[in-house]
Amino acid sequence: MSNLLVFPILIPLCTAVLLIFLKEKVQLQRFISIVSALLNIAIAIVLVSRIRADGIQTLHMGGWAPPYGIVFVGDMFAALLVLTAAVTSFGILLYSFGGIETEREKAYYYVFFNFLFVGVYGSFLTGDIFNLFVFFEVLLISSYALISLGGTRLQLRESLKYLLINIVSSTLFVAAVAYLYAAAGTLNMAHLSQRVAEAGQGGVLGVIAVLFLIVFSIKAGLFLFFWLPESYSAPPSAVRALFGALLTKVGLYAVLRTFTLIFIQDPGVTHTWIAWMAAGAMILGGLGAVAYNDIPRILNYNVVISVGFVAFGLAAANGDSLNGAVFYLLHDMLSKGLLFILGGMVITIGGTDRLKDMGGLIKRYPLIGWMFFTLALAIVGIPPLSGFAGKVLLIRGGLDAGMLTLSLIGLGSSFLVLYSLIKIFRLAFWGDEPEGERSRVNLKGAAAVSAALLVLIILMGTQAEWVYSYVSQAGDVLAHPELYIEAVMKE
Amino acid sequence: MELIMAVAVGILFMIGVYLILSKSLLRIILGTSLLTHGVHLLLLTMAGLKTGAAPVLSDKAEAYVDPLPQALILTSIVISFGVSAFFLVLAYRAHQTLGTDDMDSIKGDKP
Repeated sequence: MSNLLVFPILIPLCTAVLLIFLKEKVQLQRFISIVSALLNIAIAIVLVSRIRADGIQTLHMGGWAPPYGIVFVGDMFAALLVLTAAVTSFGILLYSFGGIETEREKAYYYVFFNFLFVGVYGSFLTGDIFNLFVFFEVLLISSYALISLGGTRLQLRESLKYLLINIVSSTLFVAAVAYLYAAAGTLNMAHLSQRVAEAGQGGVLGVIAVLFLIVFSIKAGLFLFFWLPESYSAPPSAVRALFGALLTKVGLYAVLRTFTLIFIQDPGVTHTWIAWMAAGAMILGGLGAVAYNDIPRILNYNVVISVGFVAFGLAAANGDSLNGAVFYLLHDMLSKGLLFILGGMVITIGGTDRLKDMGGLIKRYPLIGWMFFTLALAIVGIPPLSGFAGKVLLIRGGLDAGMLTLSLIGLGSSFLVLYSLIKIFRLAFWGDEPEGERSRVNLKGAAAVSAALLVLIILMGTQAEWVYSYVSQAGDVLAHPELYIEAVMKE
Repeated sequence: MELIMAVAVGILFMIGVYLILSKSLLRIILGTSLLTHGVHLLLLTMAGLKTGAAPVLSDKAEAYVDPLPQALILTSIVISFGVSAFFLVLAYRAHQTLGTDDMDSIKGDKP
């Protein structure tokens, strides 16, 4: 039992409630948000070190011992995701001070920002599948508000689609939970794992597993991603960074959790599906990233590629590939957050999001240009940077599992990522500047934030050995679900 | 009883999907609402209908109804209520700004 687990949820919740009463005082709202974000990072660090020392932490809500009550479980995987999400969100928070107009800030932007993180951290830490649905809804409702905040034509149009697709998938989620409850008679994920193991995963449970896979894939943008590129283009770039860095990752976390803990008896069916969907996401996402000529769409398709890449690690399902998936997921949260921040800055300084109307920005903004270039190399996986270690582990795991084709698709998608990002670099930063006066924009604050995040990404790459020691503890739990079950079901 | 519930769930799903596939935004919202209610009935049915006394401690009853599904449905109803309300407001705003509630004329590349 450790009360520590509830703090990552409690802090943003209390902050959000407090901020509702400070609608007009934007400066105060910013200050409180910063304090709460720093507090969250501190708590997450304590949580990680506690788990490092004492193993998996659990918290029984209201003193109801599992499998009856709702249980919160902090294993290394969840804790690392909470920590990375906290760091990334802090960066995005600082960026949104300059990137969001004051009208939006007054319209409860920081409130929804904090409520979003109640859902995100809650989804990571909960050990109960219906509770997972509830936290999903918390984060989705906040994201509905964030995506439509401002009410431009584009935002309204895209948020309608976003809402519809998420309501339908949430409905299917409840249906899947209903079937699972009928078949297994419990909602606690560790207990479910035991029950599914007892019953065997043929017939009905196989169908339920596929239903869960469909639901989570829609939310993660894994293959069924057709709603994603348009919807994520609509809001301002700070919100886009939040969505691209975190929302799909929560869906991905749910896929990883359910298919390494609950539905593991019959990998022949489900993991083959995951493999196909990963391949589809990587290929189609790559083609989309290459095809478009405006920055938001290129970046959004890059999100799809990385989701496919992590899912490939799950499909291979051996020690190396799961470690790689965790490592790559952490890298991806940080680097996608930074990528969208830098993309937003490029749009701001270029004055447009169409690459054809840009050019020559390197002369005026050399720092931003080279940061973008370094980040592109990190995302592609050039050795000293953070993408490399995860990619090597994933590819090695994939080859060990005999998935030659998928590994090749993974490597090939890296080339498409490289091409699409270098295309932004080439068209926006090189070439001649278009005619007409451009006002110089002050981006010192945003540039400082990006530089800090970039340093983190470089450190994560050069200190990969040290990061790996934490990641491998997370991967262990994924590879050996009995550790998780033991920790939850003891007493 | 289970059969009737199954048919009811099926009908709700059918109407819900039919409405979601239509063009008018209001019909789509009603469709999502009906779909969610179908799922709630499904949740109730899946947990087993009428298996004992009310889940309140007393000496007489031998078996109790499982109270968990009711709690789940309650949570889900609250969530779907909130989401529907938000969706309706958003649709109203979209109608004001975009000047139409027809999904076909909303789509396209116009900013």
